[in-house]
Amino acid sequence: MDQLIFFFNKVLIAGTVLGSIYALGAIGVTLIFGILRFAHFAHGDMMTLGGFVAFVLAALLAATGMSFPVPTGFVVLPLAVVITAVAALGIDKGFYAPLRKRGAKPVTLLIASIGVTLMIQGLLRLFFGVSTRSFFEHESKSIVRIGTGWLGGTRDITFTQPQLLMIILTVILCYALHLFLTRSRLGKAMRAMADNADLAQVSGINTALVVRVTWIIAGALACCGGTMLALDVSLTPDLAFNIELSIFAAAIVGGLGQAYGAIAGGFLIGFAETLAVFDWSVVLKPFQGIIPFEITSGLSLVPTEYKLTVSFVILVIVLLARPTGIFKGASS
Amino acid sequence: MTGRVSRAVALYVGLVVVILAIGVATGTPYTTRLLTEAAAYALIVLGLNIQWGYGGLFNFGIMGLLMVGGASVTFISYPINDKFWHSDGPMLLGHAVLAAGLAAIIILAARQAQRIGIKGGWRTALIALAWFAGYVIFRSQMDPATVYIVKNAGFVGGLGLPVVFGWAFGGLVAGAIAYLVGRICLGLRSDYLAIATIGISEILRQLIKNNQWLTRGTLTVSPIKWPVPLPQDYQAMGIDTQTSLILARGGFFLVVAAVVAVVMFLMIRAYGGPWGRMMRAIRDNYISADSMGKDVTARQLEIFVLGSVLMGVGGAILVSFTQIFDPNSYQTINHTFFIWVMIIVGGAGNNWGALFGAVFIYVIWLMSEPLAQALLGGISYWSDHIGWGAIPDIESRSLQMRVFVLGVVISIALRYAPRGLIPERAQVER
Repeated sequence: MDQLIFFFNKVLIAGTVLGSIYALGAIGVTLIFGILRFAHFAHGDMMTLGGFVAFVLAALLAATGMSFPVPTGFVVLPLAVVITAVAALGIDKGFYAPLRKRGAKPVTLLIASIGVTLMIQGLLRLFFGVSTRSFFEHESKSIVRIGTGWLGGTRDITFTQPQLLMIILTVILCYALHLFLTRSRLGKAMRAMADNADLAQVSGINTALVVRVTWIIAGALACCGGTMLALDVSLTPDLAFNIELSIFAAAIVGGLGQAYGAIAGGFLIGFAETLAVFDWSVVLKPFQGIIPFEITSGLSLVPTEYKLTVSFVILVIVLLARPTGIFKGASS
Repeated sequence: MTGRVSRAVALYVGLVVVILAIGVATGTPYTTRLLTEAAAYALIVLGLNIQWGYGGLFNFGIMGLLMVGGASVTFISYPINDKFWHSDGPMLLGHAVLAAGLAAIIILAARQAQRIGIKGGWRTALIALAWFAGYVIFRSQMDPATVYIVKNAGFVGGLGLPVVFGWAFGGLVAGAIAYLVGRICLGLRSDYLAIATIGISEILRQLIKNNQWLTRGTLTVSPIKWPVPLPQDYQAMGIDTQTSLILARGGFFLVVAAVVAVVMFLMIRAYGGPWGRMMRAIRDNYISADSMGKDVTARQLEIFVLGSVLMGVGGAILVSFTQIFDPNSYQTINHTFFIWVMIIVGGAGNNWGALFGAVFIYVIWLMSEPLAQALLGGISYWSDHIGWGAIPDIESRSLQMRVFVLGVVISIALRYAPRGLIPERAQVER
């Protein structure tokens, strides 16, 4: 039983948190790809930007001396989301829209997004330096413990309060997105445009508005994802840049252009990475008798340093076996 | 036609003037360093020009290939580590190689499973199982060997051969890796290829960084030799520091410039010839090229490998110039996106454009640091003056300004000169 709880603490919770973050990033990538048909490389940096916006707001709020039952990062999240969404709109207006107007190829937009990556990274490092920051410099991360005596275990199920809030928030956001895409007029227009942009335009859909809404949603979700990642680990300028590959893998595995696919892909990649670097020795200890080799600690499928390989391997296997992703995605 | 050529000439003349001005402002030793590194970057950009300019292939894995080149030159030219060769290390590594061979046999055998009647999903499952078994067998031999080597000998050391062999070896290894990568990934669509190559470069980085037994990892290896006498050698002959730096770096620059010149010559010849025509045909419309009987996949693999060889050599040159191989100093921004900015600003598909872009962007990269420092210093003085306080750690901040400047430069280039400053010539067939 204790081993099971250990597994629950280390894999299920960590995997769900990581999966949530990947899913929030991947939804943005996949929506932008569906509507604008280009791989938005700066998405990871938009997440970092959102994290830093939330960090600055949290610091300002903390300076006023107010205290809250939840981490300050969550209190300021709505405002940070608005700011990041506006920033996303501004980035589109300043750097992508002029190229689109000229009729540039998707590849050119991809390269333009590298320029945006460089600018965001440069600005963040210019203002915040390269040091690691934490949301919990002035407040403590409260830990939730659930006793498992009634299950016959001695260990507690433990997770931090931010982790719990993150998972709840992700569920709410995904459900809201689902309602938006299926119930609202604009959401339906968005799906129509993802399916066939020309047809959507001739049937009277305001494509410019759809593009704007796409950026707002992508920016908002990126801000949530980035802030969550910063709350769970720590905040550095290259924070989300490091998970860029995993986010794209999640979006591609789910099928580019498929919002639900991105959610599934995010959790798939998140769990795969967590499982691959999980130290199996503790769980396998009780079975020492029936396993032919001796169990030593550090028995993981891949060493922690190679965590990224996991998402890459999944990506390549999916691309080779099912190029459109597990949910049939758009192929432009 | 003449207008375009004169524009290119004007740009090059402008560049030379800028470099001369820098030379006057910062002194000759610094400028020779700038020129040498710019020449090494030019080689790398030419490699990307083959891949992206000629072939339209996305390669975001440049950083990985540069690291491979650096690790290779270290391995070839670093002095022999007697401690390793006199220990059990080579034997343990031999065991690991045998284990790898056994694993390969198991996997190959599993792939032949259809011969004994195992088909479809069962065969796939068997192959997956074989991969897993092979992986476990390999790790069971490799892990003890690496632990032993790191503990007893530090790392395997080098072979003590001349640096130029190291450069060639760097190109060779990078080419071999590119071949494997290309076999797997070149069938992918352009943006998928970009993601896949970014992943590969990240994996290569982790491999080089964490395989301490082979590359000494984060402990770094230095000093690495030069193909020409070092400044210290000149100083030993009684020449003063300034002159020795100029002589040594100048010699290094001449060697690199010769390599670049040869590569340029070959590339321009190839570009103008039937080979270049075929490559452009594949890039512009691979379906029609395919229908004309060109083997698109094989040709793309060819340019992917060729370009990667140049990147490997360039990476090796950079490492041997700075004399230290430090896996931690490699970053996607500084080593992959940087090269992309060079080719986009210079002009993809035009070798003169690529060369110009390399030197021009490298100059901007180096110069934006002191300029940003001056700018921030000015603002700091002003804000201090009106009572807002000075800007803290200006040095490290202005270093980061370079990244921002790069982003601005590529954005402006895409907006106003989407085909680069010296664009590809539209071919008129006679």
